Amino acid sequence: SPVDEEVVHDSFNQLIAEQCRNDGLSDALELQQLQRDLEEEEGRDDVPYLSRPGHEFRGDRLGRSDVEWYDGERHGDPLIAERWSSATLKVLSSMPSRTIGRSRGAIISQYYNRTMQLRRRRQSRPSIRDFSHSARPSIRGYGMEVDSTDAEGTEVSKRERLVNNLQNLSASDRVRMLRAMPLSVAEKGELRRLALQKEKPTFSGSKIPCCSRLKFYIIIAFRQSWYSWLSFVHSLQLWQVALKRVSGRFGTGVLSYFLFLKTLLFFNVFLFLVTGAFLVLPQAVHPPAAAPNRPSFSGLELLTGAGYFSDTVMYYGYYSNYTLKSCRDDVGVHNVSVSNGTSNQHCASRQNSYNMPLAYFFTIGVAFFITCIILVYSMSKSFGQSFRIDKSHSILAIKVFCSWDFKVIKKTSVKLMSGNICTQLKELLAEVNHKNVNNTACQKLWRLMIHGLAWVICIGSTFGCVLGIYHFSVYMHQTPPSNEARLLALPVLVSLINLLLPGLFNLAAWMEDYDSPSVCTYVAIGRNLMLKVSILGVLCNHWLRRVADDREIIGLTCWESFVGQELYRFLLMEFIFTLLDTLFGELLWRLFSERVLKRRRKPVFDIARNVLELIYGQTLAWYGTHCTDAHSCVKSALLGNDSELCFRLGVLFTPLLPAVQILKLLLLFYIKKEGEDKKFLITRLQSIHEQKRTPARRLTSQVGLC
Amino acid sequence: MGTTASHLGKDLLSEYQELTFLTKQEILLAHKRFTELLTKDEKDLPNARVPVDRILTLPELKSNPFRKRICHVFSTSEHKDGSLTFEDFLDLLSAFSDSATLEIKSHYAFRIFDFDDDGTLDGGDLEKLVNCLTGETEDTRLTTDEMRQLISNILEESDIDKDGTVNLSEFQHVISRSPDFV
Repeated sequence: SPVDEEVVHDSFNQLIAEQCRNDGLSDALELQQLQRDLEEEEGRDDVPYLSRPGHEFRGDRLGRSDVEWYDGERHGDPLIAERWSSATLKVLSSMPSRTIGRSRGAIISQYYNRTMQLRRRRQSRPSIRDFSHSARPSIRGYGMEVDSTDAEGTEVSKRERLVNNLQNLSASDRVRMLRAMPLSVAEKGELRRLALQKEKPTFSGSKIPCCSRLKFYIIIAFRQSWYSWLSFVHSLQLWQVALKRVSGRFGTGVLSYFLFLKTLLFFNVFLFLVTGAFLVLPQAVHPPAAAPNRPSFSGLELLTGAGYFSDTVMYYGYYSNYTLKSCRDDVGVHNVSVSNGTSNQHCASRQNSYNMPLAYFFTIGVAFFITCIILVYSMSKSFGQSFRIDKSHSILAIKVFCSWDFKVIKKTSVKLMSGNICTQLKELLAEVNHKNVNNTACQKLWRLMIHGLAWVICIGSTFGCVLGIYHFSVYMHQTPPSNEARLLALPVLVSLINLLLPGLFNLAAWMEDYDSPSVCTYVAIGRNLMLKVSILGVLCNHWLRRVADDREIIGLTCWESFVGQELYRFLLMEFIFTLLDTLFGELLWRLFSERVLKRRRKPVFDIARNVLELIYGQTLAWYGTHCTDAHSCVKSALLGNDSELCFRLGVLFTPLLPAVQILKLLLLFYIKKEGEDKKFLITRLQSIHEQKRTPARRLTSQVGLC
Repeated sequence: MGTTASHLGKDLLSEYQELTFLTKQEILLAHKRFTELLTKDEKDLPNARVPVDRILTLPELKSNPFRKRICHVFSTSEHKDGSLTFEDFLDLLSAFSDSATLEIKSHYAFRIFDFDDDGTLDGGDLEKLVNCLTGETEDTRLTTDEMRQLISNILEESDIDKDGTVNLSEFQHVISRSPDFV
């Protein structure tokens, strides 16, 4: 602890001792031992003696009974094996690199310098150019973070100066500085108390005029209410216990998937509340005249979204083109909605009018804008946290220092993680040993060919599937649907492709056998992204071009409603197929790998793929609510024909899609969480997938890009 | 500045919130968990100190191979026995929370990994660290050859001043290259 000033550098002890031993100064060693015994009795060292240079060597580690002589493992490094003189050792021991950051004095002086720099930045000081080059570094603004080896008195004065600096900072800066100090809470509390104590008299002593005091109180009250609101929002911890269990069992990487799911859920809730309050509610309260041939409710509607649902608030075609007016006449009957055309109805009492088209436009516009801003902000924040400049060469050191996941609690998971780390370390060691072997030109060519083949397979399969979807959609479009269940064919095909093709990409990646796991992850993400974007592209083309233009073939009056229904079907099929995959797909794969491949491999939670699935679903939902169609807008203006039911802004298809998405995400959370009990365990041999969790945080910033 | 076990004062709560990376709800939850560890007569004492074996019964620490080091590092007791007061406990939670800065985390990680408390990570520390990481069973441990090679590689990669040990700034330099230091 930094409180404990009596820190001894063991390495120097041993070096000195060895040197003394070799030179035959055994009495010096004896003196050391005697000194140590004395210190253990007295606890504090005042006696100067020869072979321990510097004040850091005063005292001893109480409670340590054994001294370790780390001898034979030094690996012939000439610098280490060198015998230094005691003068050199004395100089070395007072170097900042030895003492930095460890003792309390060092921490205090370090933070004194930082607060000084912060103060300088906040205030306007004369620039460095005004000082001559020969001025002292401290004047020119270069704070030196050296731990001075002076007497005890300077530490007290350092502390006072730090407190002085803290007082002069603004409140938020002071809080941030105090939090970042690696001292114990008790000491930080002391510093804080001292800093605040000196501040108070200046405040209460002055006379504040009445009106600015009122303003002050208002500001304080506002700030308090804002903080309490923030803490209330923070206390609504959804799924806190469930997330803790997941992270306790599976670690940080899998936890990031569930946190992402939670974020998307909140986005959808926000969107749903906004559209619900401004659009769905007014329209539901003032229903337009019912269409003549409205089909009755049958169970198929839940899957296809057509039929009974097509004339409800779910779809765009239901919404009124006109300003809603509600009249109360004297009898007390209200909720009579009138259109502009028949506005000569006499309403004696007051009227509430609600301009539906305008509300539609502005609600979605504002919601979209806010969502955009939140996304960009969170993406920039997480990008800044996870950005690293260079590719590091110290893979082993990073693996040893950074690979332990402290969130894992369960004993079996801890054992698994230890086993994983051991395997990875062994693999890395083997790799480092064989790095000397240079790849011959022939091997390089071979590897290039393998990579090329894998890419050809991936791109070719993507292209083939996209072409298949295109032709199938043309075929479905030509023949009008005989029954409603046929409407499900296209979504089923797309979901099937989304399920199977990533498996093919994984196979190709396994064949390629990448060295670096981050490259492997990026390639996997790139390929999956390419697949999803091309599928979305061909679907957009199908809807906006063909369906909008040739709607008479299908017999539609309102193409936007049809597209909304299509989106609903796609979302639902996606969800059903994910469920099936979670419950049965992993089971089948495990049976296959055990019987046929004869390997006890447990399937792995493919984080990258699952995150992309979430993004794909959310894109569909957002598309349904937000998409603007400039093309259709222009065309309708030219043609000039409008049916009464369809509103030609072409903005929104399905305002209730966020609600569907919310339900889907909720169900997905619980199913994935429970499914992991049986299926998603980290395997020993899948070291590449294990290391995929490395860019887990980067994934969330890439999400924003997607 | 003592805390009575039953109730955490409002100004004390805001003070803790300013000094640590925890929110008020988290501090209250920590207080609840901490008082569950106290015995009946300890509850009346201000600044009660919980001995290390009771701390280690917490489920979060029970299976962690670094549990003893964690208690030792965050303890402010004079006897260095790893016992924690409530403020030490808050220190612990704050350093491990998600909003803690990289500097705090690397500082405390360094002290946790420094098994002999001498201010640097030498070969013995690294060996103990790797043994903690790889587990206690025999089949997951590295052989002595592998261990020696691993330690020499680590020192070669991270020891900048070539003194055979990794000090705090070298450690922080290595850590800053890796984006997933939890």
